Amino acid sequence: MTGVLVLEQSLNGLQFGLMLFLLAAGLTLVFGIMDMINLAHGSLYMVGAYLIATAAAATGSFWIGLAAGVVGTAVIGMLLEVTVLRRLYQRDHLSQVLGTFALLLMANEGVRMLWGAQPIALNPPDSLAGPVELLPGFFYPAYRLLIIGVGLGVALLLYVLVTRTRLGMQVRAGASNREMALAMGTNVRRLFTAVFGLGAALCAVAGGMLGPLLAVQVGMGESILILAFVVIVIGGIGSIRGALFGALLVGVVDTAGRALIPLAFGHWLGPEAASGAGPAVASMLIYLLMAAVLFWKPRGLFPAHG
Amino acid sequence: MADAMAERFLRMRTVSSSSSHSPPAAPQAVSPHEARPGLLDHALHLRWTLPLLAVLAALPLVASALGEAFYVGLATRILIFALAATSLNLILGFGGMVSFGHAAFIGIGAYAVGILMQQGVVSAWIAWPAAVLASALFALVVGAISLRTRGVYFIMITLAFAQMLFYLMVSVKAWGGEDGLSLAGRSVLGGGFDLGDDTRFYYVVLVLFVLAFLVIQRLLNARFGHVLQAIRENETRMLAIGFPVYRYQLAAFTLAGGLAGLAGALLANQSSFVSPSLLQWNQSGLLMVMVILGGVGHLWGGFIGAVVFLLLEEVLAAYTIHWQFVLGAVLLLVVLAAPRGLAGLLRREPRA
Repeated sequence: MTGVLVLEQSLNGLQFGLMLFLLAAGLTLVFGIMDMINLAHGSLYMVGAYLIATAAAATGSFWIGLAAGVVGTAVIGMLLEVTVLRRLYQRDHLSQVLGTFALLLMANEGVRMLWGAQPIALNPPDSLAGPVELLPGFFYPAYRLLIIGVGLGVALLLYVLVTRTRLGMQVRAGASNREMALAMGTNVRRLFTAVFGLGAALCAVAGGMLGPLLAVQVGMGESILILAFVVIVIGGIGSIRGALFGALLVGVVDTAGRALIPLAFGHWLGPEAASGAGPAVASMLIYLLMAAVLFWKPRGLFPAHG
Repeated sequence: MADAMAERFLRMRTVSSSSSHSPPAAPQAVSPHEARPGLLDHALHLRWTLPLLAVLAALPLVASALGEAFYVGLATRILIFALAATSLNLILGFGGMVSFGHAAFIGIGAYAVGILMQQGVVSAWIAWPAAVLASALFALVVGAISLRTRGVYFIMITLAFAQMLFYLMVSVKAWGGEDGLSLAGRSVLGGGFDLGDDTRFYYVVLVLFVLAFLVIQRLLNARFGHVLQAIRENETRMLAIGFPVYRYQLAAFTLAGGLAGLAGALLANQSSFVSPSLLQWNQSGLLMVMVILGGVGHLWGGFIGAVVFLLLEEVLAAYTIHWQFVLGAVLLLVVLAAPRGLAGLLRREPRA
């Protein structure tokens, strides 16, 4: 029984961590390369989920919807970069906070205007609706397995992109020393737009994959945005490896905390404490984790800047 | 030795009016303009302040004459947020410390009033100072740990503490948990002065805001404020010439926390309700937006930001249910067009 619980929670943690990674990867690149705090990153996640849900409903296929939504969000991300965000790179962090907060408000309200205030449905593909028997007697939802698969696949793709391609080389150069990369002749305008589009696409993938599990609704981007910030701060800003490590750490700690702390409270303090304080204390865990990491490693676990 | 050098450094940065070179003039004859403020000085500009104060003082009378008592409540809310935003501006704008957890201090102030009232302590003379002290104490602890970090990491660690407090308040059932705490009424001031009356409450808030504003203004123009701003300009240099940078920053952080606690106590009183949503991170974000909108490091930044933001919210909400979209567009326009906030538009470059 305990073994099954641990296995199930580990998989849940892995799945949540990988999705957080998709969000954090874009955020950390934008932060590391453009030195830009983007509060509207979570809005791209929301817009992605909405686009995917709409396209999936229109075509009747989850997969076509996913592809269309991801492309659409990437285009929106790049348009946003070209029209507005580009003007904020040279400004201080506080202006960026205000500017992207404004975008966040507009995105939320824009979505509410187009799709209404009610959450909309995004159904997982029928073929993946049931559970799979992973081990004898251990069933796990097929769709969650798919999320893990997609997460690992995208992470691998990103790894290849960053370490094996010219664009990736420029990205790494930009993250470790922006001025030097500029001086060496990187076409920054195109690079920044590409990075932004990539980040937006990753957001949309996460939004589309998590959409069937969580609700597709206005404001869905904000709570997860804060988690993504926590991830990149734990990992070290600008570091993809740090983002992956931080995301998995946060995913596992958060999931394990939510599963185990109520159990522990129930064991020692009685059922009342378990149902009341348990979830809240579990929610505090990752912030405790972040405070502890920053206390001992004030620049995160994998600082990207030299 | 170090202190003497530091003094000289400060004087270099702030063209002092009492410099020995100025000819001995009859003090009565000196107009405020001749006492030329330095870069780190922030004058009250009585020319604008006194009429503004008169308007604020007359506001309830005008509102009741027009039969629009609603505006008194709105103005009270704006003043409370102006107090909170001004306290944030003290550390964010003048101290260079970007705290993303300011809502926590407001929340503690509000909960202090709520919890004390739950225990039967209704006196404002006990509850409000308790709120300030509790918030200041929490700020002292948070600041002592957070000020070890810099930049974005400071932003995130202050956020972390605020989030922990948020989830703590969600979980404590005795204090209402997620549903919050309803207050039986407003705090009692005694002497037959009933705070339950909205107009009277407004005046109390106004007096407290003015007092807090004056304290901050005096502080900024005093040695403490100059040191704080000099640290913002060049921390390494201030360390090198012997200032205890950490202690100055911590003192400012604690003071800002205490003032935010006062704002929280007032907020709890106004709405007679306290809930964890007061501590949510978007509340901290909102305060930050107000300060940036008004003018970071401008004496009036917090006030202008709170007034403009909340009025804009109110006006736009009256016209369209999609007011958030318009609000966002306006904010975006401000960012692109007014890099130093709205107050930056008013500020004339100091004449040399």
